[in-house]
Amino acid sequence: MPIWLYQRNASAVQTVQSCVRMPPLPFTGRKKRLFSKREVKVAEVKLMKGNEALAEAAIRAGLQGYFGYPITPQSEVIEYLAMQEPKHDYVLIQAESELAAVNMLYGSAAAGARVMTTTSSPGFTLMQEGISYIACAELPCVLVNVVRGGPGLGTIQPSQGDYFQAVKGGGHGDYHLIVFGPNSVQEMVDHIYLAFELADKYRTPVMLLADGAIGQMMEKVVLPPPIEYKPNKPWATTGKTPDRERNIVTSLFIESEVMEKRNLILQAKYKKILENEVRFEEYRTDDAEIIIVAYGLCSRISKKVVDIGREEGLKCGLFRPITLWPYPWKELEALANRDRVKFFISVEMNAGQMVEDVRLAVCGKKPVYFFGRLGGIVPTPEETLETIKAKMKGAEA
Amino acid sequence: MKDGFELIYERPKTLTSTRMHYCPGCFHSTIHKMLMEVVEELGIQDRTIGVCPVGCSVFAYDYLDIDMQEAAHGRAAAVATGIKRMLPDRIVFSYQGDGDLAAIGIAETLHACNRGEKFTFIFVNNGIYGMTGGQMAPTTLKGQKTSTSPYGRDVDTAGMPMKMAEIVSSFDRVAYVERVSCNTPANTRKAKRALRKAFDYQMEALGTTFIEVASNCPSGWKLTPEESLKWLEEHVFPYYPLGVFKDIKKEGKK
Repeated sequence: MPIWLYQRNASAVQTVQSCVRMPPLPFTGRKKRLFSKREVKVAEVKLMKGNEALAEAAIRAGLQGYFGYPITPQSEVIEYLAMQEPKHDYVLIQAESELAAVNMLYGSAAAGARVMTTTSSPGFTLMQEGISYIACAELPCVLVNVVRGGPGLGTIQPSQGDYFQAVKGGGHGDYHLIVFGPNSVQEMVDHIYLAFELADKYRTPVMLLADGAIGQMMEKVVLPPPIEYKPNKPWATTGKTPDRERNIVTSLFIESEVMEKRNLILQAKYKKILENEVRFEEYRTDDAEIIIVAYGLCSRISKKVVDIGREEGLKCGLFRPITLWPYPWKELEALANRDRVKFFISVEMNAGQMVEDVRLAVCGKKPVYFFGRLGGIVPTPEETLETIKAKMKGAEA
Repeated sequence: MKDGFELIYERPKTLTSTRMHYCPGCFHSTIHKMLMEVVEELGIQDRTIGVCPVGCSVFAYDYLDIDMQEAAHGRAAAVATGIKRMLPDRIVFSYQGDGDLAAIGIAETLHACNRGEKFTFIFVNNGIYGMTGGQMAPTTLKGQKTSTSPYGRDVDTAGMPMKMAEIVSSFDRVAYVERVSCNTPANTRKAKRALRKAFDYQMEALGTTFIEVASNCPSGWKLTPEESLKWLEEHVFPYYPLGVFKDIKKEGKK
């Protein structure tokens, strides 16, 4: 099925497959017309808060069940869905805990429904048990973490402190989630559509790792037309009809040989995802000597850093991973192989997490630096640029 | 008629031919059989979905020839909620032990009951953690010896054994609660009737239905199967009395 996200600017309708490794086109606002008049008619242009836009997008993408527990800064999702519930026929449950929510997700996903849960950092930690089971049982569903500062109860201010948890596991066992790092309200919408598609395509949980600020800020957003979702899940537990064997959804494989086999099936799937679903964006990297690597909110700030840096004669470029797993290691490596690139700097709202993936990709070919703020503080373009200048001086000295 | 013999009793066709792994004398196999007889009698094999717990009955899906899901420890009520809400015309049950339902999963259990989720709990209470080797459960009797209460359950530190049937019957949206057992043929027949009634109530969408089976664990209790039946009579039933704790129809509420 063509993904609306990629139809926006495309002259021809492109399918998900053909768009692999192609970054979504940035929303450029007033500069040029992005949508034909007909498209604007079916799509809706609105000013919306990230969390609400995400909820609306989920409804339009055919949401059948939502299970969640209120937590700042993502409570608007369940509030919006509760308000819209009478107009649609999805199931909404305010669960007694995130633990219960993620297990309701398990049950309903295994019953064949298109389902989602959203939470913020401490809640996402509680969900790890269920996520590990969901990954092993190969159930398609969408999880959203609107990240706040941690560890512990932390702060309700935006953060990127859950990067490791999202992309390096989180729960027990060998598994991965497909992880998107939206950097705008528009991408909250676009990535939800894509997340549901990929979840079904690979029978795997897909997550959105959004900084608290993306959930809270308001931006102009184009809402795609609703799709009519017709699930085709012959493996789902819907009742054993006489024409088939019974369906069993489980993550228990007690014999070692069987468990190894299950793991190998999962690993083969992750390999396929790694080959086909990497998404990233490059901004002014063609002649860049300094590569800033940033995702989410930091990529918006870093874009500004690139522009003001270039005004001051620093040849900066931005590399933005859109999928945080699978990470665009290869593409980043290609940049490291360029002679003119002097160094990389990862800008994050944590103590340095994604920088480890940057180092993995660069593999010692160029220096990799880190700049970040903690505790829910968003780095300013000015202080980021100062750090880059200092590193540049060091590189030239 | 086959070879001059008339078939008057056989295992329900809704049970698979897989040999059960349960210990000799354990009630699980009897409960499985009763449950599947009810499914067969009601003709609902094609729309029944079960949820297995973590516990001795973790492999129940090997024996019950219906669609099933395996839940994380304690989360069966949340999983069953997810299934039943997405597929309200199906008959959904969770099959849970005491560690699963009353310890690690008590929040999910009580909230599902409070919401009146329209599925059936089959709560197999043998007062012990059977699968992990006989540790103390929230339902272990006062003074009862287990591997983690080797001197007997001290209620000053471990609390009193939890009476789940009594607790859940206090929720308004729970439709039917009965505690049954399988220690005698008469009680087994009663237990099956209770299961049937629970499924009937579920199909009428009356509310949550909860069947607690006062069960045994010869291996964990370190008793022979026969002795375990005696222990049930002498120690379990006095604290966990059998009977109906709630029947919404008898209250004339519905």
